[in-house]
Amino acid sequence: MTKVKENKVQSAPNVSIMTANYAAAEAARLAGVQVVSAYPITPQSPVVEKLMEYVNDGSMKAEFVTVESEHSAITVCISASAVGARVFTASCANGLALMHEQLHWAAGTRLPIVMAIPNRSMAAPWSILNDQQDSISQRDTGWLQIYCRNNQEVMDSIIQAYRIAEDVMVPTMVCYDGYILSHTMMPVEVPDTDKVTAFLPDYKPHTVLDPANPQNVNPVTLAEPRKNADGVLCHGYFEIRYLLQEAHLRAVEVTRETGIKFGKEFGRPYGLYDTYKCEDADLVAVTLGSIGSQAMDAVDILRDKGYKIGVLSVRLYRPFPALELSEALREIGCRGVAVLEKNVSYGYEGALATDLKAALFEYNVPVFAHSYCMGLGGRDVKTSDIEEALIKSHEYLDKPAAEQRKAQEWINCKL
Amino acid sequence: MNKKTTPITLTETEYALPGNRACTGCGLSIAYRHGLKALGENIILTVPASCLTVLQGMYPVSSMTVPCLNTAFETTAASASGIRAALKALGKEDITVIGWAGDGGTADIGIQALSGAAERNTDFIYVCYDNEAYMNTGTQKSGSTPKGAWTTTSVGGKMEHKKDMARIMAAHDVPYVVTVSPSYPMDLHDKFKKAKEMSGTRYIHILVPCPPGWGYDPQYTVKMGRMAIECGMFDLYEIIDGRFEFYGPSKKLAEKGGRKPIDEYIKAQTRFGKVSDETIAELQAWVDQKWATYRQMGYCE
Repeated sequence: MTKVKENKVQSAPNVSIMTANYAAAEAARLAGVQVVSAYPITPQSPVVEKLMEYVNDGSMKAEFVTVESEHSAITVCISASAVGARVFTASCANGLALMHEQLHWAAGTRLPIVMAIPNRSMAAPWSILNDQQDSISQRDTGWLQIYCRNNQEVMDSIIQAYRIAEDVMVPTMVCYDGYILSHTMMPVEVPDTDKVTAFLPDYKPHTVLDPANPQNVNPVTLAEPRKNADGVLCHGYFEIRYLLQEAHLRAVEVTRETGIKFGKEFGRPYGLYDTYKCEDADLVAVTLGSIGSQAMDAVDILRDKGYKIGVLSVRLYRPFPALELSEALREIGCRGVAVLEKNVSYGYEGALATDLKAALFEYNVPVFAHSYCMGLGGRDVKTSDIEEALIKSHEYLDKPAAEQRKAQEWINCKL
Repeated sequence: MNKKTTPITLTETEYALPGNRACTGCGLSIAYRHGLKALGENIILTVPASCLTVLQGMYPVSSMTVPCLNTAFETTAASASGIRAALKALGKEDITVIGWAGDGGTADIGIQALSGAAERNTDFIYVCYDNEAYMNTGTQKSGSTPKGAWTTTSVGGKMEHKKDMARIMAAHDVPYVVTVSPSYPMDLHDKFKKAKEMSGTRYIHILVPCPPGWGYDPQYTVKMGRMAIECGMFDLYEIIDGRFEFYGPSKKLAEKGGRKPIDEYIKAQTRFGKVSDETIAELQAWVDQKWATYRQMGYCE
């Protein structure tokens, strides 16, 4: 009798209604995180409050270090990871910017730290609302970046992030839109703890701080290779940094494989990107984060009006899967791309647009790509705003190639 | 630890190897060597940007035989907190964690992280070696540079008095605050040993004379350290659970008097070469005031 009951419990999916912040905290607990350090910032605070609750009630066996700044939070994670603990932190906006120096430090030390980022606008002026300027500004620190469209993806991506990060030994950010996901309740299937434990091999640091095997980690390192006391030639700074780049490039495949394996184990497969109604699309909306979910609604409406438009949501942004995205768009056979994003590289255009254009050029995919900026500082992105952008780009489809170029446009700017 | 260590009983094991990159006559070298002898093998160090980074050697060659995690300038105490948390999580709690930073890394850029770690009473030893300026970057003034001293960023002599880091740390009510000098290496050794045997946040402040930064002949490092104490510019004391006590030559001054005027100490260093009589008087008044406070608090006669 009892046995039957147990089986029934195990086979039924454990679905809870939760915010993305709680999904992130739950994922960290499931991943067996041993050290958490964080500093409060809106809208991240519920993540760490939840983790403190878990540590306090004993359901999570971790050390929680309540530091005096984000700079110290990430530093605690760096040093704890170097000693051999699995670590977790969360931050966004100005807090993430305060970590900037240490983000480079974490990547340079090749520590598989996982950080949840409920994306928020950068001051000034103050705004606590959503856009993606914070994580995009950290693009070149050497961290992997995964963007999520909904709370289930947040839960699943944080679990996968540990497997990916600890394979390639590169820290990883899991980004999700502040408030839009961080404070919105959605049904989330919570994976079984034992299955997550089996999915994540034990963390084995590449260098352990251990008195039994003393090493000087991250000392001054010259540009050129140099011999050690035994006459063995060791890497210079240049080689050490190349290896980080190499690990990033390898992470594309590792992320792909991890997404497939996760699908086999948990029934929800993940890729480097996701497509919606792209099969016969003339125009594709390329997005980052929750805007991808909204774009699906816009595409449904536009398809009813006869527009052949699809959505491609980029999940893995760093490393940038340039080949895979280019080949996907080539295969779709679309003629144009509209990149919808909540960030801007001031003086140019959206970061994703620039990256995608470079990829399309590199792999010789003959489509135009327009950059749309939307939603900065939490400006509401309505489905109609997305429709407006897509119709604007759609009008360029039949123009001669020379006239298909369009300067970046800010949607719903009320000057 | 009841018996005082002597050069005869001092361990012969070296954790800081000779031939390292420290300058000739470096006061930090003496402190580092004797401090490590007291701390022994079962430790993990974390060191920010400082002269010590240079002393410890460039990859892949190292001058010490204990593990060290180099860390960003302002992060020493946070880095130590992370090491401590991980050791606790992994059940390796017998390892002593040490953060070892310069005066700039402590009194200026690192004070926030240090204050946070002290407030949490993080179980580690924080060592500040104070050579009274940013010596590693070429002698710029720090919050710990004394008034009147020339540095490349106080070319007319520093306008402000130095911060009293030991007192700032004592105000955090940490279990142990001690000031030490490489001129009294056996005392330094024994205070490190005492610190190692305690738990919670322990703060060790070392005044390390610096030949190129202070401007004196490298052979006089030990003498310079002694002179600083004899004139009361720097004092040797420990504060255990809030109880203040002088030791060594400072104890003698406290009990029997005989504190020298600062003139001789000031004139022995070229960094004070252009200092006016007025500034010397102000420095003397600063020292006198400090000692008046000691008296007021009942720490000395």
